Amino acid sequence: MGKLWKVLSLVCVSVFLSVSMLWAAETLKFGVAGAHSGDLASYGLPSVNAAELVVQKYNAKGGLLGKQIEVIKGDDQCKPELATNVATKMVSDGAVVVLGHICSGATKAALPIYKEAKIVVMSPSATNPPLTQSGDYPNFFRTIASDDAQGKLAAEFIIENLKLKKVAIIHDKGDYGKGYATYVKQFIEEMGGAKVVLFEGVTPGAVDYSAVVQKVKQSGAEVVVFGGYHPEASKIVTTMRKKRMKIPFVSDDGVKDDTFIKVAGKYAEGVYATGPKDVSANPLYKQAEEEHRKAYGTAPGVFFFNAYAAAQCMLNAIEKAGSTKYEDIVKVLRTEYVETPLGKIRFDEKGDAEGVGFSVYQVQNGKFVELSK
Amino acid sequence: MRKIIKSLQVSFWFMFLTFPIMVIRVDTIEKTVQWRWLNLLYVGLASFFLSFIWRFLIKKKEEGSKKEESGEQTITIVQKIISTPKYNRPIYSFIFLFMLAFPWIVSTYQTNIMISALIYVMLGLGLNIVVGIAGLLDLGYVAFYAVGAYAYALLNYHYHLGFWTVLPIGGLLAAIFGILLGIPVLRLRGDYLAIVTLGFGEIIRLILENWNEFSFGPSGIANIPRPGFFGMKLGVEEATIYIYYLMILMTIITIFVVNRLQNSRLGRAWLALREDEVACEAMGIDRMKTKLAAFALGATWAGFAGVIFAAKTTFINPASFTFLESAIILSIVVLGGMGSIVGVILAAFLMILLPEYLRAFSEYRMLLFGAAMVLVMVFRPQGLIPSVRRKYVYELKER
Amino acid sequence: MDYFLELFFGGLTRGSIYALIALGYTMVYGIIELINFAHGEIYMIGAFTALIVAGVCSLLGLNLISILILAIIISMFYSAAYGYTVEKIAYKPLRNAPRLSPLISAIGMSIFLQNYVLLAQTSDFVPFPSLIPEFEFMEPVAHIMGSSELVIIVVTAIAMVILSLFIKFTKIGKAMRATAQDRKMALLCGVNVDRVISVTFIIGSALAALGGVLIASHIGQINFYIGFIAGIKAFTAAVLGGIGSIPGAVLGGLVLGWTESFATGYVSSDYEDVFAFCLLVIILIFRPAGILGRTNTQKV
Repeated sequence: MGKLWKVLSLVCVSVFLSVSMLWAAETLKFGVAGAHSGDLASYGLPSVNAAELVVQKYNAKGGLLGKQIEVIKGDDQCKPELATNVATKMVSDGAVVVLGHICSGATKAALPIYKEAKIVVMSPSATNPPLTQSGDYPNFFRTIASDDAQGKLAAEFIIENLKLKKVAIIHDKGDYGKGYATYVKQFIEEMGGAKVVLFEGVTPGAVDYSAVVQKVKQSGAEVVVFGGYHPEASKIVTTMRKKRMKIPFVSDDGVKDDTFIKVAGKYAEGVYATGPKDVSANPLYKQAEEEHRKAYGTAPGVFFFNAYAAAQCMLNAIEKAGSTKYEDIVKVLRTEYVETPLGKIRFDEKGDAEGVGFSVYQVQNGKFVELSK
Repeated sequence: MRKIIKSLQVSFWFMFLTFPIMVIRVDTIEKTVQWRWLNLLYVGLASFFLSFIWRFLIKKKEEGSKKEESGEQTITIVQKIISTPKYNRPIYSFIFLFMLAFPWIVSTYQTNIMISALIYVMLGLGLNIVVGIAGLLDLGYVAFYAVGAYAYALLNYHYHLGFWTVLPIGGLLAAIFGILLGIPVLRLRGDYLAIVTLGFGEIIRLILENWNEFSFGPSGIANIPRPGFFGMKLGVEEATIYIYYLMILMTIITIFVVNRLQNSRLGRAWLALREDEVACEAMGIDRMKTKLAAFALGATWAGFAGVIFAAKTTFINPASFTFLESAIILSIVVLGGMGSIVGVILAAFLMILLPEYLRAFSEYRMLLFGAAMVLVMVFRPQGLIPSVRRKYVYELKER
Repeated sequence: MDYFLELFFGGLTRGSIYALIALGYTMVYGIIELINFAHGEIYMIGAFTALIVAGVCSLLGLNLISILILAIIISMFYSAAYGYTVEKIAYKPLRNAPRLSPLISAIGMSIFLQNYVLLAQTSDFVPFPSLIPEFEFMEPVAHIMGSSELVIIVVTAIAMVILSLFIKFTKIGKAMRATAQDRKMALLCGVNVDRVISVTFIIGSALAALGGVLIASHIGQINFYIGFIAGIKAFTAAVLGGIGSIPGAVLGGLVLGWTESFATGYVSSDYEDVFAFCLLVIILIFRPAGILGRTNTQKV
């Protein structure tokens, strides 16, 4: 049974491969990698839509370098071990550039493979700072600001705007949440004027968080910072408010999601969260949104505009460079400005986009409202 | 006619049962309710027809078990083929040749998946020593896997030790952890052992997650080097093929060792211990030592597999070592047939490759996966290929 | 002192929920020696059913109390039906199979049910309406214990008492105890063992659903994955108290809840689960059958 099955699968695979080989000769491959299934799919699928919209535009104009562009997708479910599989697949399929991955952990796992194959990778959402700042990955770019920028903003906001002195920091022990929490702590300690009175992790998915909330109260904190995603954030806020704690709650981009407001309901009111700058006044932004509505009938999801901008930048780089060679693409990315929904951007030496940043939002009347600084 | 009525009853029961969750979807924010009556129809029809098949298979199974009771233990054709050298040699050599040629026929991606599957073969065979042969239910096996993986990552990071140096160290470390855990908990029986090992697995993971200074916490460790080939640095594709062959070699060694162990004095002691502890002790077998040996040896293979896993993905974080992973490895052992080497290998391929190729059904694949696990257990509770107990026959020498 | 009390009641609430779920584990284990991994999923299905009932009822314009009662009754009923069906499909055909086979079947069932709810409903977290009203008399102590916490503790206590009485005095309760002691002997004495097993699953599942509704209403959100973690914790509680023993499950749940609460409060929540599992290991080393479990001397 094992043998037969293997042979069968082999036949299927080889047929599939030879078909894809045939295609390979004619198109320019544009890889899109990220979570396309699983519980984080809602972070990954919008970037597929973005890539397809941008690619369609180019293809309608006759393609790039005389070839049609083809989007190839790789699903890593945000898991590092799958991400390496996806990366190898992208390399063996001959992707010229890759848009992705979505989660920092998966990106970190996949990058060495792309680096060796000399493929430009641009993530719309991986915010882990060392990805660019360590200098290990010259082939990595991103259209989102890194976590430390977010942490710094939160620290400044607490000390300068809220003028509070005692800060309790909670995180979800995850890569993203704990990273953010650590940066907030570091910046608060560096700036002085405020003190971190509590720094703790909670277990995601635990039955309730009342013990941690009591501990925050006991510590005498005047403000709570939470690093992590919205399900835990809404549980903690709800428990706090039910325990009659009215101190401000500051959180990150993982919480700046409409689901948070839906789930936490009236308890969400007044919560602060940092998130990418509001660029919705930009005409290109509106245009991209309109395209998405026309093609898919819904409003775009998270990281859609970052992914849209990333796709534009990469294709523009290939066009301007006139080749698919790694060195040429990188050079254009670092020098040429591109008009995108996020504004006019280009990339610095490390790979971070210039002119992309964060601002602070607050929930007011059931909506996130950008606070002017 | 009676059958139809019975199936109708079943289908009504399922329609009733799945009614709230399949049909109604409420949005508590918008205060809207969506009724999906069509789903009810599907459930009804599907359960109506499936109930016929279900009853047929159950009946067949019962007949089979009756036959078993009346006569000798029935040996299936598959088992026969596996156990007679005349048939199994050509099959094995064909599979072996196929496996050798595999990376040259397919893409790197496929090879990569095959490496994962082989890692699970190794894990399954290792756990098979503990659960299948010695009968100790271990739900925290993944902890030893983590020990191996982190051993390589950390030793490499701090002391720049190479893959080949760490491979034995990782195995040894895992064995030591196995003994350390074993000493206090092996006194416990059956399911108590299960929950303590589960707890141990979680403790290891939580420590890796929280102790930043030691393990770099949830962000994990990146840039773990792939194994070198006599000092040469290999590209991604070559390295994948190289690891693939390495894995084939390791798997063959594992199979060889486990096979020899099973028929050794120690292996027979394990089997005896699994069947009856008290009688076993009365026969003069040191219960504690024998159990510890099983635990340590099982852990060693997990340690090896961990080192290779770290070298293969070049990135590890605690999220790869959750309880679900332990459950999957355990399922491999039980699905394959406890104690059966061929069964475990087959089950490992099924469990790892099936979800990979079921991607076509993307959304439904985990649903099908869960259902398949239940069905295999219901209709083949002994596993896909149950192990055949070796018989020792005393023959008088004729002169 | 206030701080101690707050942690104490926090732990009590959490422990009560663990106890409600642990009862299902312990009863099933006591009777057929199976770790029913799908039990956590039954709890999750209970919570989802309650959400659906609440959604439909609030559209019909019922008041809060009647919604709460309806939601509890219907979800307990449906969870019981699920528990019953799961037993019939996944465990009954395996009555005489090797000991580990039903365990794998249970793990498979758990994966199946999770994905069933994921596909039929949603993968997102969904807000759960708070069905438990805010009592005015609780307002002065709201910072220590909210009304939903009070309700959880009281309801759990009542459920425990009813269950103990049920097992002690009714005929089927006696049959359950007999089956737990010796299944073959019970069968010989004319106990319908299949029926006893079904009833065990039904009661255990209904209790899990009760826990599901209460905690979902307290926390305010659910998704398809909540059963898994709660299930593992409750199982730990059941073993801690001595698996197979009903007072043991309650005690185990409470001890676990308090350990986690105090560990978080006085040490650090980073290692909350580590404390819980370490406690389990230590207790099992000194009392290998759990706190209230009876050690059966093995006869040859």
